[in-house]
Amino acid sequence: MSARDQVLGAIRRALAVTGEEPSRRKIVADRLADHPCGVIPARGQLLPAARLALFQKRVELVAGTVARVATAEDVPAAVAAYLRADGLPPAVRRGADPRLGAMPWEREPSLAVAVGASAGDDLVGVSHAVAAVAETGTLVLLSGPDNPTTLNFLPDHHLVVVDAATVAGDLETVLSRLRDTWGQGGGPGGLPRNVHLITGPSRTADIEQTLILGAHGPRRLHVILVGEP
Amino acid sequence: MTRAATSDTFADNARHALADPALQGALAFVETNFPARRRAVVDALPEFEALRDSARDIKAHTLAHLDLYLEAWEARVTEQGGQVHYAPTAADANRIVLDICRAAGARTVSKGKSMVGEEIGINEHLEQHGIVPVETDLGEYIIQIRGEMPSHIIMPAVHLNRHQVAADFRRVHADLPKDRDLDSAAALLNEARATLRRTFLSADVGITGANFLVAETGSSVIVTNEGNGDLTCTLPRVHIVLASIEKLVPTLEDMAQLVRVLARSATAQEMSVYTTITTGPRRAADPDGPHEYHVVIVDNGRSAMLAGEFRDMLRCIRCGACLNHCPVYHAVGGHAYGFVYPGPMGAVLTPSLIGVDRAGALPEASTFCGRCEEVCPVRIPLPRLMRFWRDRAFAQHLPSPVSRAALAAWGFLAARPWLYRGVTGLGTRLLARLGRVRGRFAWLPLAGGFTATRDLAAPQGATFQQQWRQRAASGPERPRPRTVPSGNPHGRGSEPLVAEPRAAPAPAADRPSGRPRPVAVGEPERPRGPEARP
Repeated sequence: MSARDQVLGAIRRALAVTGEEPSRRKIVADRLADHPCGVIPARGQLLPAARLALFQKRVELVAGTVARVATAEDVPAAVAAYLRADGLPPAVRRGADPRLGAMPWEREPSLAVAVGASAGDDLVGVSHAVAAVAETGTLVLLSGPDNPTTLNFLPDHHLVVVDAATVAGDLETVLSRLRDTWGQGGGPGGLPRNVHLITGPSRTADIEQTLILGAHGPRRLHVILVGEP
Repeated sequence: MTRAATSDTFADNARHALADPALQGALAFVETNFPARRRAVVDALPEFEALRDSARDIKAHTLAHLDLYLEAWEARVTEQGGQVHYAPTAADANRIVLDICRAAGARTVSKGKSMVGEEIGINEHLEQHGIVPVETDLGEYIIQIRGEMPSHIIMPAVHLNRHQVAADFRRVHADLPKDRDLDSAAALLNEARATLRRTFLSADVGITGANFLVAETGSSVIVTNEGNGDLTCTLPRVHIVLASIEKLVPTLEDMAQLVRVLARSATAQEMSVYTTITTGPRRAADPDGPHEYHVVIVDNGRSAMLAGEFRDMLRCIRCGACLNHCPVYHAVGGHAYGFVYPGPMGAVLTPSLIGVDRAGALPEASTFCGRCEEVCPVRIPLPRLMRFWRDRAFAQHLPSPVSRAALAAWGFLAARPWLYRGVTGLGTRLLARLGRVRGRFAWLPLAGGFTATRDLAAPQGATFQQQWRQRAASGPERPRPRTVPSGNPHGRGSEPLVAEPRAAPAPAADRPSGRPRPVAVGEPERPRGPEARP
């Protein structure tokens, strides 16, 4: 008997089922197809302006920082301003995301912008989130050439651009949008390799329960929120 | 095989733990810090109790259909280019992981925190076969270089202070300057960060655990704060996920519900820093990520738990809230439990994994105060499950003849209320008379274990049952039977024997009567229902 049959057989014996029961199969198929939402906290269920304000507040509560700009054209200046304020060298690395690519980086002539995954020697990474969650101040990023996962974790500073229109009240709304875009698993249409839900900069409290930012990932997380609701 | 355990010497382990001042200092933190912080974050979310119900129902539903969800999940993983490996036992899981590492030509393996990895002893297995596993979670790294088991399922090194960690870092990081400053937790973290960054970048295989497996998408989900888990599953060529069968959930929405209660219960966060949903290996156009994605799905005794009362335990999402709220854990810490799962969840799970004959002392080590069940995010009736283990241990004749005889005698009395009342009434009057002068006993026959560390207060007045009957007869209100929360046969308000610390006897002047503060020492409450039978 294969190990697979052994494990599934043991489960079925313990549950006293065969796995062939039409009623059970229907319950499971329906649940996977309908993916019902459970309890959605009221906290994030707000009108757009209040939702953005909540998002900003929640990011700040988890030790992130937020800059708001009017349009995507203002992002390079906001990036440069962050670097200046922190006394960082004028160099960043970003992915191939066309939204980032279309920004007028040439307006910051002293800023060196490398493109591609990080090998671990970049101080600052710039990513574009696919969405965000106001309820918890969470950023949602997808792996791939547009926003390589290494940029989220290896640089000391992670700057994340978020389009205000993509800030949802709750995580379920974002997951449902991802499903609409990427399909429900299955075949090449499934989710990207990684969906990253990022809430604040990396941290640990493993020594004497002392909270310290910057464990293995970024020491700082800076959100550049673009546009009005 | 499952990792070696010392749960059978719990009593000795506990004695050593109580006499360890460094450990006691570290544990005091847990007791004061966590419950208050969890309370605050729970109070900030009005829907928390409803979310606990939702979380319980999701896990219960999944377990009842686990065979079908496993099949659905497996099909999705495969469609996405991942590989699923079934491991009926710990030995199977170790062999499978080693085979994957060998096929990858691996010499160094970076590891994210995995409790099932601790359970099966994967590090020891890899080391025995010439592969170097490096834990990258800060707490796990610390206990790995000390050769210890985790003492907590969320904070593996919670039993240590920073001076102990500094001494270990000086010993292991011998190439660094001897006079460097390691006085603060931040300095220790920076040193570990720099050391482990090299490991991340050079490891051939990365092994992580999984907090959830999502059937709908074929994904594994890890929930972390440090970012080490993401570096572990992104930088090496091969990513192996170790996950036990009960990690399945049906959909992404179900995961979202569980994440809400997990972070709050585990670390008093609204949301952990990194919740990462991983599906398959890197895609063709991806510039980073592993080329292979394997999931080793581990049974190791869990399928058998589905059959009976211990199915409830498989709802556990490993948050550690029951440890943080447990007076026994606060007193003895995690290592005394002798296996990788300590505290109330360990007292229920460990006997399932290594046998009640070896771990029977763990479910005995409970005050049945019920706090673990009160805070459990998936509402596992932990005290009730511990009582099931006690029943089984008794049925298997595992307790000593003396304790079996004592329990049998008590059971005989408890089943005959008239005899019980007579014997306890007599005993109470006798003790009251003997203890009239001092008001307490420093020693009593058959109670040496109790009086070795504290005095037993002498009873005074009538027994509890006598007082209860008097109150019922005279009071204007008829006493209503109190509802007892499930899993706590003594309820909240019952009056225990009052023990006074021997070290600090109060001056007689404080007690005009020469007696300790009012105590109603009487019979224990009558057994309620079948659960309360010894």
